[in-house]
Amino acid sequence: MINLDILAQKMELRHICGSTDREICGCYAGDLLSWVMSHAEYGHIWITIMSNINVVAVASLCDVACVVLAEGVELDPDALEAATKQDICVFSSKLSTYELCTLVSKYINE
Amino acid sequence: MADEIIRFHFDVDGDDFSSAGAASVEVKKRLRQLGFAPDVIRRVAIAMYEGEINMVIHADGGVVDVEVGDDDITMILSDHGPGIENVELAMQEGYSTARDNIRSLGFGAGMGLPNMKKYTDDMKIETEIGVGTTVIMKVNV
Repeated sequence: MINLDILAQKMELRHICGSTDREICGCYAGDLLSWVMSHAEYGHIWITIMSNINVVAVASLCDVACVVLAEGVELDPDALEAATKQDICVFSSKLSTYELCTLVSKYINE
Repeated sequence: MADEIIRFHFDVDGDDFSSAGAASVEVKKRLRQLGFAPDVIRRVAIAMYEGEINMVIHADGGVVDVEVGDDDITMILSDHGPGIENVELAMQEGYSTARDNIRSLGFGAGMGLPNMKKYTDDMKIETEIGVGTTVIMKVNV
């Protein structure tokens, strides 16, 4: 377990919106939303390249700790508005999904 | 928890992916206010969201009724879409008839109905070609 705020600093993630006061217990990477809903769990970091408004709904319904947009992807404007309103934490990073996963793996149990 | 059945009703717009999920998010919020366990809320919310998305993708929208009782939460999703030609096939993971533009949004993985079954304790599908589909799902609390 690691605090999201600390992990985000270590991974040099760019904060877009939402509260970072959560504990991280795992990670899930994927872009197919139903697949994510089937596998992502409470307290997970969800790494994806999807950036539309449905990502916000899925993050909310799954109660993931945050969404990390990989490969420099930007959140769509309507998604940003919804995420801000619902206090869904979103970060972005220039790194690939693979690189982000390796960093989570490195830091999560430190 | 609830002394009598509490009912919620939602209209789901067709072809509007920007508001798809709004009803599920609202139900999640209300169930949390009613004090249900996080696992129950998650199962209801995910099953209902998959149903909502299916109605937007395939049926030009529909209506959702949620009944919150002492022992279970029932979701009834009704649409006047084309109906499901082969329910058995549609229930298989990976089977999807969604169009490419839907897939580009992250849907159409063929996991919708399987997820709805996975996250509920009971699911019934009543469908008629050219008339519509009603899905009734129950989550025990």
